[in-house]
Amino acid sequence: MGQASATTGGLNRWLPYRIRFEPRMKEVPAWYPLAVTIGAIVVALFLGGILISLAGGDPLRSYAHIARASFGNLGVFSDTLVKATPLILVGLGCSIAFRMKLWNIGAEGQFFLGAFGASAVVLTPLLPPESPTWLFIPVCMLAGILAGALWGFVPGFLKARYNVNEIITTLMMNYIAVAWNNFFIYAVWSEGGFQMSRMFSRSAWLPRLADYAREVPLFRGLTVHLGLVFGLLAAVVVWYIVYRSRWGYEIRLIGDNPRAAEYAGINIRRNTILVMMLSGALAGLAGMSEITGVVHRLQGSISPGYGFTGIIIAWLAKLNPFAVIIVSILFGALILAGREIQPSGIPKMIQGIILVSLIASDFLLRYRVRIVRLVEEA
Amino acid sequence: MSESQATAVYNATSSPPRPPVIQMLGIVKRFPGVLANDHADFEVLEGEIHALLGENGAGKSTLMNILAGLYRQDAGMILLRGKPVTFSSPRDAIQAGIGMVHQHFMLVPSQTVTENILLGLDEPRFLLRLSEFDRKVAEVSERFGLKVDPRAKVWQLSVGEQQRVEILKMLYRGAEILIMDEPTAVLAPQEIEGLFTTLRAMAAEGKTIIFISHKLQEVMAIADRVTVLRKGKVTASGVPARGMSRAELARLMVGRDVLFHLEKEAKTPGEVVLSVQDVYAENDKGLPALRGLSLEVRSGEIVGLAGVAGNGQRELSQVITGLRKCLKGQVWLSGELVSNKPVQFGIQRGLAYIPEDRHQVGSAPNLSITDNVIMKSYNKEPIAHGWMIDMTAATRFAEDLKEAYEIMAPTVRTPARLLSGGNLQRVILAREISGKPRLILAVQPTRGLDVGAIEGVQRLLLAQRAAGAAVLLISEELEELISLSDRIYVIYEGQIMGQVTDGNIEKIGLMMTGTPLSQIETGD
Repeated sequence: MGQASATTGGLNRWLPYRIRFEPRMKEVPAWYPLAVTIGAIVVALFLGGILISLAGGDPLRSYAHIARASFGNLGVFSDTLVKATPLILVGLGCSIAFRMKLWNIGAEGQFFLGAFGASAVVLTPLLPPESPTWLFIPVCMLAGILAGALWGFVPGFLKARYNVNEIITTLMMNYIAVAWNNFFIYAVWSEGGFQMSRMFSRSAWLPRLADYAREVPLFRGLTVHLGLVFGLLAAVVVWYIVYRSRWGYEIRLIGDNPRAAEYAGINIRRNTILVMMLSGALAGLAGMSEITGVVHRLQGSISPGYGFTGIIIAWLAKLNPFAVIIVSILFGALILAGREIQPSGIPKMIQGIILVSLIASDFLLRYRVRIVRLVEEA
Repeated sequence: MSESQATAVYNATSSPPRPPVIQMLGIVKRFPGVLANDHADFEVLEGEIHALLGENGAGKSTLMNILAGLYRQDAGMILLRGKPVTFSSPRDAIQAGIGMVHQHFMLVPSQTVTENILLGLDEPRFLLRLSEFDRKVAEVSERFGLKVDPRAKVWQLSVGEQQRVEILKMLYRGAEILIMDEPTAVLAPQEIEGLFTTLRAMAAEGKTIIFISHKLQEVMAIADRVTVLRKGKVTASGVPARGMSRAELARLMVGRDVLFHLEKEAKTPGEVVLSVQDVYAENDKGLPALRGLSLEVRSGEIVGLAGVAGNGQRELSQVITGLRKCLKGQVWLSGELVSNKPVQFGIQRGLAYIPEDRHQVGSAPNLSITDNVIMKSYNKEPIAHGWMIDMTAATRFAEDLKEAYEIMAPTVRTPARLLSGGNLQRVILAREISGKPRLILAVQPTRGLDVGAIEGVQRLLLAQRAAGAAVLLISEELEELISLSDRIYVIYEGQIMGQVTDGNIEKIGLMMTGTPLSQIETGD
């Protein structure tokens, strides 16, 4: 039998009913998690609405504005997707590490390293500036992936070899990554004393839909770039790895019960290193995609905390790669539209409320709520 | 003394009856999907040791959790000395003199015994004058023969001592009625005897004890009267333990006849499959656990390894499977050296391992039955398909095993954590045996299972013996070892004391306490 069910105390005297939480003994039906998630978002929007009216705004108008500003037309939706692109990749990276219960909170640093790797190809230059796009893209990708994977390898190796806590190492390596980039921005690739590199040559840019506006007029002004395709493909690949590959099985087994994995003869150390590298590689790819798809130069402010938002996204998506895409788009919308209402403040609070509601709603998946009549007659 | 005490109570029940101290009438308790208690009646007399017997999941713990104020019944009433009572928390119950000692202890390891006992009490109010309370705790422990140092920190205590602290906690709070939830599950054989002595002493002092168990021999040894539960219903209410045979109790518990004597066909053992030669290994704390241990298991025989827990059994199983380093000596599996090789090495060569701990080692709780049964075969054809796993093949494999081993679950996608102990053990056995192993290393394979499930596991092991597998059975249940094994080795402090082939329980007992067989024989 399960543990003691929690009961509410004081209300008993006034109400002949009690609310009781019981641990679920059976699996919930497939539609239930989705319904709970939607319910949680509705509750969060309601709470956010109260907040907006307290601040003197009109909640309905504000929400309508948010929706319009992020999904209202093709142009803004394209901007939402641009914001979502790095989130998808970083979210996938976090999700695969979390699957094995490796708490990689260094995606931010891996993202910066990925951006650095791609920049190095253009700025060192590893490829001559007149190289064609078809050559730039794979080489930049490779550089970004390798740099990110390296940033994942270090904490992975330390964890596997010396059992160093990866939370601390990944967190600390974020600072190193930012400082590393700054060094190059300030000292090596600085352009005319500004803290940024020169603009990349056009052939090193990821193609955008707008580039094809001449052929397809509908694409005019659309900023969506090839990085989105990377993100979508990566989601498919990660899904296959996790649920259909031998390696994914090992990852899932280690994540759920490392002792059972050891008993089944699985090499945990090797997987620790490999998974941290894959996680870093995905975050690095996000950095590469952002730098060559959006920023087009190496500079200080390339991430409004994508690496950390990725942690939240992985968690909200329950580590499911396809859910990562959807959650990333919603977060992309919130980031984009939030700025429309207020640069900071209310939109960020609403983000926070949604997050708390979603995480709290998880309780309903694990427990059943029952309302019971009090039976005793004494 | 215990004899006379028991008969005294027995007489008291037959002649002018003692008043019942507790009556639970028509208790109904529903859990999602389960009717845990179905109009259960339960009556306990003052000063007796009353056993509550039933299989796992029969509703014993639920019924007692209701009595202890942890759950509330959906219907029915509780009378305490004839007066109806309702408890809305364990606090209410303990105030009425009812205390429960749970299977899993609720102690703070870093605090002393006295501190743990005082935890949650109103006294002392502000200043902790510990020495004074140390004395009070010592007094109580003296009175009931519960020897434990009040000043010791809980983490320093053995499991048996921790249990005593839990009992003391209840006695200190003035419990008159003590509910013990499967108290022997965590104890070594000698500790069990110590516990029984304590319980008898407490009963002699006028305390009433309710003893929850699914082990027949214990119930027969300690209880004055027995109530048997099956699937939430009472099948025998307050029958004197002495008037019952084991077979009768087992039938009441399981609902059908249980075979105590398994049919074992004669078989001549074949070639040597497992050979452990002069093995040395350390335990987790870096202390010597195996000290020159040697043994052999042949194909077609079950070899038992008897011994008090903690004498190196765990370490031996880990050395054989490759989970622990072998410092000296060798382990050979069918002529191949397997010690200090990767775990996979043994698995590939037909080494099946049924670990002691089903939940923490043998299974992954949140993964599906399918994922759990492919644990040893996910990297082999037909389930492996290059780098990928063929999910259709894996599902088919799991469904076949589910049917063949009668795993009760809605689908093979059900997570392992939702399975009962017996079903989970079937999942593990199905996985290990389906690989047609050469050697089966089974550690406590029936521990914590109910009578019906135990029988199933034992039959499977015998079937493997008949199929020509070598079986090394490590167990603390002597009875099980004797009925299943062809030979029994006895381990003591990491060494083999000797082996018996005739199931002589006296010899085994002497060897378990550290007398080598050679000495026993010359002593005769």
